[in-house]
Amino acid sequence: MSTESAVQTAGQPAFYVTEEEHAHSSTLLGFWIYIMSDTLIFAALFATFGVLRHRYAGGPTAAEVLDIPGVALNTAMLLISSITCGFAMLEMQKRNKGSTLFWLAVTGLFGAAFVGLELHEFATMIAEGAGPQRSAFLSAFFTLVGTHGTHVTIGIIWLITLMVQVGRKGLVHENARRLMCFSMFWHFLDVIWIGVFSVVYLLGVL
Amino acid sequence: MSSDAHASHPADGHHAIAADAPHGSMKGYLTGFVLAVVLTVIPFWLVMGNVLDNAVATSILVIVFAVVQIVVHMIYFLHLDTASEGGWNMLALIFTVIMVVIGIVGSLWVMYHLNLNMMPGMMTARPG
Repeated sequence: MSTESAVQTAGQPAFYVTEEEHAHSSTLLGFWIYIMSDTLIFAALFATFGVLRHRYAGGPTAAEVLDIPGVALNTAMLLISSITCGFAMLEMQKRNKGSTLFWLAVTGLFGAAFVGLELHEFATMIAEGAGPQRSAFLSAFFTLVGTHGTHVTIGIIWLITLMVQVGRKGLVHENARRLMCFSMFWHFLDVIWIGVFSVVYLLGVL
Repeated sequence: MSSDAHASHPADGHHAIAADAPHGSMKGYLTGFVLAVVLTVIPFWLVMGNVLDNAVATSILVIVFAVVQIVVHMIYFLHLDTASEGGWNMLALIFTVIMVVIGIVGSLWVMYHLNLNMMPGMMTARPG
């Protein structure tokens, strides 16, 4: 339509598409590239764990130290925080500031419960003498699971920062973009956790 | 209330919230959540209940369920499809998956053969 009118008014053929201008942000693609590079870090840690998973050095085996009911509860915490993060994104699209903040807070609480349960598990293992220095298996275990836990902790700090920003400035364009990056990061951590509970815990105790 | 004003006029001079970004829906998130719960509960049940009484078959099933659940999360939670960001998201993902598979499978393969060749007694068993 607009091309035709341009041709009529100018009397010359137009060699460009006169579409409506829409702001295209490359931030989300860039953040996705970051997540992919983070995936490679976890791939290296998974490969290390896969190679060392039976190197017990006479110490406790995976079946002796890993608590499967505990990790089932942990998995539930992270999965619920993933869906509440999704609810926060839906409320953000509807521009409901209050309920966005509410679901972000719920997400943060479930994330904090996850980190708390994991730290409790680590403390119990170290108290039993199954610390990271005991065997190659335990070194690889603490590195892989600990790196994931560190990511979740940093995610919670980021989440609190975003809640303060949304609370002060509202759901402006910049905050919406940040929240979408956070949502990608949070769902990505849940994807990594699928690998952790399957490979480290479920295959470990078989 | 400024938020109400924005809600009634979604295109009032502001950018729509990242119009090029993928939009989730309540139905999509709930579908993904239900699938994720099912795909999580089954492998836990297989291992905790020792249902199959066969470690190899259980291992393979746990891996299969993990891969399927990762795909479910990618589609329903990360909203990944071949169209998002003009296909660059998918291209980056395919590249990453190739790197991950080479890294993990390659490490396990090489180290398995290294262990096999370092078995005690192997050096003395060989004549000469």
